[in-house]
Amino acid sequence: MKLAILGAGDVGRSVATLSGDYGHEVVALADSSSATVDPDGIAVDDAVSRKERGEVVGTAAPEDVFETEYDVLVEATPTTLDDAEPGFSHVTRALEADRHVVLANKGPVAERYEELRSLEAESAGSIRFEATVGGAIPVLSTIEDCTPQAVTAVRGVLNGTANFILTRMAAEGLDYEHVLAEAQDLGVAEADPTFDVDGTDAALKFVILANVLNDGGFSLSDATVEGIQDIPGSALDLAAEDGRTIRLIGEATRDGVRVGPRLVPENGALAVTGTRNIVQIETRHAGSLHSSGRGAGGPETATAVLSDVGRLE
Amino acid sequence: MGDEYADDRTGTAPDSEVNTESDAETDGGVRAYTVRLELVDEPGELLRALAPIADNGGNLLSIHHERGNITPRGHIPVEVDFESPPERFDDIVDGLREAGVNVIQAGEEHYGEEISVVLVGHLVENDLSDTLSRIESEIDAAVLDLSLAAPQGTESVSSARLRLAIDSGRSSQALEAIRSIGSEKELTVVEPLVGGETA
Repeated sequence: MKLAILGAGDVGRSVATLSGDYGHEVVALADSSSATVDPDGIAVDDAVSRKERGEVVGTAAPEDVFETEYDVLVEATPTTLDDAEPGFSHVTRALEADRHVVLANKGPVAERYEELRSLEAESAGSIRFEATVGGAIPVLSTIEDCTPQAVTAVRGVLNGTANFILTRMAAEGLDYEHVLAEAQDLGVAEADPTFDVDGTDAALKFVILANVLNDGGFSLSDATVEGIQDIPGSALDLAAEDGRTIRLIGEATRDGVRVGPRLVPENGALAVTGTRNIVQIETRHAGSLHSSGRGAGGPETATAVLSDVGRLE
Repeated sequence: MGDEYADDRTGTAPDSEVNTESDAETDGGVRAYTVRLELVDEPGELLRALAPIADNGGNLLSIHHERGNITPRGHIPVEVDFESPPERFDDIVDGLREAGVNVIQAGEEHYGEEISVVLVGHLVENDLSDTLSRIESEIDAAVLDLSLAAPQGTESVSSARLRLAIDSGRSSQALEAIRSIGSEKELTVVEPLVGGETA
């Protein structure tokens, strides 16, 4: 497949770098200010190293990406809320040109799911978005295999930063502020960790899951969201006395989405440690399925994108 | 197509089987039950509490009114034995609750579940004992134990872990009530994850 990649952050660059291994060709790579486009395949390594040195991706304009011959648009621009722009328009343009779209950007799928699905219905192209939920963990494809109507709920930990902070607080008896600073030093938490610690990032993923289960109907504003900022070390100590711990847990059902700090058994499946993620898929006929793994990161998320590309072939 | 499949499944086996069985068993039969109530020490309370039992087809067998044994909340425990068809038993318990009678124990479902919650906030300044008694009365729960951790002193943010005994099948209502008490008192409520195989 010929891939046009929008977004040259960790995910976009990793998709470009790994495409060859998966048997695909990159015909365009763009960030918000420039692009490199070549119908016969761009020089991926050169473009990626230019971007990593802080130079322009290429001499073309981002606009030019849409003019080239591609099979799949990879939408890996940063997630935006509400109208989910510019990601939503990117998807629209590709679908209107009857191309496939694979998203790593959560915004359009969380905030404008029904619109995406109706655009898809009018197009010869289709959309896939495994990478938006749980990074490398095959969550949406598992639900697809079970069929969404046989899945009653999805629960779990889908934010590695918050999970890392809670794990460290419990293990070291430290307070939130202290551990957050440590996480920032380690590069686990971003300079502005708001969306990770206030539950927004996890909520977007569970909204996407609820949309898949219910075939639409949810956006971030429908979710009940609480973060971990108000959890003191003493709360984790008390939980531990009772064989439990606290994790930022999300739940998606057909009735709604809820994300917040919850008590879970200390040695239970959902109490993953560090930046690890886990999902528990509750099925009608087969009990619970658990998948755990790396929920973020460039190459990890890129593998989910490229699995989606493979499913489009 | 999905809904058809879903509806199909939910209507079948487990539920209907149970119903058939209980119908067969109760063919004219009644069973004896004991219900433990807590009444306010006021005239007429006992009579008021017994009415929903008779109204819903129960036949009173005996009443044990423990006037000398007042609960910590100042209520009088009353034990009532009655017979009723098993399928009416839930209506009787619901009738009692609707009448505002505090049902502490109803048949076998007495405090069948335990849940733990952690509360975080200005617990002591916000009258911890009031919080506890509201939890006990509003959700019909018993606080089994309480651990308080206030590393920065009781004027600062502290945490409390409560272990509560509640009636079987009422955990989601109980947690909802605790959430609303928590938001009223500006406390963060860390709930257990209910549902699914959490182990």
